[in-house]
Amino acid sequence: MNIGSVNYRIGKSIGFQLATILFAFACVVPLLAILFYIVKAGITKINWHFLVNVPKPVGEIGGGIANALVGSVIIILVASVIAVPIGIMTGIFLSENRKSKLAYWSRLSVDILQGVPSIVIGIIAYFWLVKPLRGFSALSGSVALAIMMLPIVVRSTEETLKLLPDSLKEAAYALGMPFHRVIFKVIVPCGISGILSGVMLSIARITGETAPLLFTAFGNPYLTTNITKPMHSLPLLIFNYATSPYNDWHDLAWGASLILLMWVLLLNIFTKLITRKWKVQL
Amino acid sequence: MDRSVENDAITRSDLSLRVISSAGAGQLVKAKAKTRRPFRQIRTENVFKRTLVIMGILMVILVLGILLTLVVQSLPSIKALGPKYLWGKVWDPVQDIYGAWPFLLGTLISSFLALFISIPFSIAVAIFLGEYYPKGWLPNLLKNTVELIAAVPSVIYGFWGLAVLVPIVRNFENKIGVQPVGVGIFSSSLILAVMIIPYAASLGRSMIQMVPSTLKEAAYGLGATRWEVIRSVVLPYTKSGLFAGILLSLGRALGETMAVTMVIGNTSIIPKNIFSPGNTMASVIANEFTEADKAVYLSALIELGLVLFLVTVVINMIGKKIIDRFTTE
Amino acid sequence: MESTIVKDSVVIKSRDFNAYFGTNHVVKNVNIDIPRNQVVAVMGPSGCGKTTYLRCINRMHELIPGASSRGEMKINDEDIYEMHPIFVRLKIGMVFQRPNPFPNLSIYDNVIAGYKLNGIKLARTERDRIVEHSLTRVALWNEVKDSLNKKGSFLSGGQQQRLCIARAVAMEPEVLLFDEPTSALDPISTSTVEELFHELKTNYTLIIVTHNMQQAARVSDRTAFFYLGELVEYDETKTMFTNPKDNRTQNYITGRFS
Repeated sequence: MNIGSVNYRIGKSIGFQLATILFAFACVVPLLAILFYIVKAGITKINWHFLVNVPKPVGEIGGGIANALVGSVIIILVASVIAVPIGIMTGIFLSENRKSKLAYWSRLSVDILQGVPSIVIGIIAYFWLVKPLRGFSALSGSVALAIMMLPIVVRSTEETLKLLPDSLKEAAYALGMPFHRVIFKVIVPCGISGILSGVMLSIARITGETAPLLFTAFGNPYLTTNITKPMHSLPLLIFNYATSPYNDWHDLAWGASLILLMWVLLLNIFTKLITRKWKVQL
Repeated sequence: MDRSVENDAITRSDLSLRVISSAGAGQLVKAKAKTRRPFRQIRTENVFKRTLVIMGILMVILVLGILLTLVVQSLPSIKALGPKYLWGKVWDPVQDIYGAWPFLLGTLISSFLALFISIPFSIAVAIFLGEYYPKGWLPNLLKNTVELIAAVPSVIYGFWGLAVLVPIVRNFENKIGVQPVGVGIFSSSLILAVMIIPYAASLGRSMIQMVPSTLKEAAYGLGATRWEVIRSVVLPYTKSGLFAGILLSLGRALGETMAVTMVIGNTSIIPKNIFSPGNTMASVIANEFTEADKAVYLSALIELGLVLFLVTVVINMIGKKIIDRFTTE
Repeated sequence: MESTIVKDSVVIKSRDFNAYFGTNHVVKNVNIDIPRNQVVAVMGPSGCGKTTYLRCINRMHELIPGASSRGEMKINDEDIYEMHPIFVRLKIGMVFQRPNPFPNLSIYDNVIAGYKLNGIKLARTERDRIVEHSLTRVALWNEVKDSLNKKGSFLSGGQQQRLCIARAVAMEPEVLLFDEPTSALDPISTSTVEELFHELKTNYTLIIVTHNMQQAARVSDRTAFFYLGELVEYDETKTMFTNPKDNRTQNYITGRFS
């Protein structure tokens, strides 16, 4: 065999490996650039005053994002209250009925839901809630976000429960437990870490969603807790202020971006920890 | 067969009290029957089972409801404008002229350009994590970091793009001699390319890890180098899976709204080249939905939403089908 | 309480009992009488329907999608299939092939799982009594009494299996079903569990599915031999092993097929 050609082939192989490594780690660069820039631009804006005040009109110095913080928390809470029970129950339904016709269509629907662009969900919430109720409201925003949460919660619940061994369920049935107790006392507690991580991931995802809120929650420069009225949220505030021509507002948006980013990243890290800690050893 | 699987639909008469009186029944059954607990349990069990079925139906209704709402609300535009709406080249709501072609084109160009840019990176991540270094702290760090790319809210990508990327692109445009606007399809494609990396990368990684080691060993046994094994065994084996991952990325790119809206320039004319400002379907909806003052105007926007919905559904379904086939093989 | 009942009265009675998976006929026209306070072994080669038959007794069979059954199955002359499965399973406990303690519960809670998870409130003293009594019955009390709060999955395989028996015993059922209870255990654990059967039959009726002939011979009073879904022979264990009436039984116990 020609030694030269073998060397060439080995060289090519190593070259390709290096290229792969280079490209793979290049992906990290934009993320780091974004993190770095947001932290640099946002950190100086964040202080107590920033967190507890509402934005001031253009030209006045100071002002904060309290309205958006409170709004985000409320909108997300209401969305979770709607989506988590429905999502978990649907996940249970799908894992308990793997073969039925209804389960097939239901699963297909969840798959479709997962791919629906967020802006389309916004349109839907507008026609289902904003128009009939004659006005933008935090509630309509929550419903839009709940629809976005659903597929994540459903799929993670279904996937988690599917992995539990049948012997667990049999043990429970053999003790004369009715179906709902088998589910809630045995199956769900054993899969709790997977279910919770799905719930937290879905919350992390909707925390940054802006598009579905544009024509639902709409935004509100004042602090409000009334979910039937327009309400601000962090991503909405960032969008509005980032695309405005005023530097003061850009500063506000940088601070808000950093807070939103930390919120989302912490949720992601927290999810990882919880999944590990609460995992039931089978 | 006279007894079916289901044990629900228990009526009161099925629970004949003789169960309790039966000779030799354990103390417990008697005690419990006295408190009527089993009856309550059985009623709850049936309610619960019915609730689960309702949840299953709810998902189907939700999707059908979304489709129906979109269709019904786009009817005025479909009736008024007909199918030629889709290839109408001018969008001028003030003059009541509605043509979707600028947005269709803007969406297609920005998404495919983004896909084109991101593929080498996402495939590299997939090969790196799936084949070269599946274990260890560094690959683990890379995996988690790539997952974080998907976690960053799109509005933050948009803001960063506006503040950091757009000036860089403007400089670049100055150098190559196109009109230096900065915002435009090219900028939004760059942002999109970063955002969609994780989808193809994580799916590709799991697909590559599923390649049977016997296949690879057979190739190694014939004296193939690592790269030759990847090219002639791993990639052919996983090509449908990698394709599915790219489809999912494409689905993401088509529907992405905020980041694109913030950097694409929001101009409703047919883009001249990849550097010109434009609009995508999603971005024009985001920008003009609350301003649409005429029925046909609003309806035309919703029709765009309908098209976007149908296209992403089809793409996602094809991707899912490929994955299902791949994983069951 | 049981002493008032005639020693050999029938607890479980099947008449023309059939079971199916979809269209697959796996248990064919079984007629059997299980006498009270005896150990009945059900043996046969794998795939002969013995486990399916056992799971029909406490209606676990129907939990499998597509499974169905037909015929008469009675406990104390009451049709099991006219009762709600919850009642059936409270009266007929079951122990499975692989030990399956609840991984999220402590040893203590595993024993009273039938009460706890069914939402039956018991006084603390009553709970303690049941736990100690049940664990003593399965000869596990001395081994675990200092670690009752540890998770059940921390025990060895044999201990886990005895914990599962204690869990079934705690519910005070009439009949205990065992589905190859020792096939996942080592020889020493197996003999501990086998000794339990002698203990338990003073209070309960035991039905044990096994593919191990020696085990059937060691532990049972009566033995049923299943082959290809049919009950070939059912008799006193001694008679069955010394003087089988059917050729197929003869072939099986002499090891000509398995």
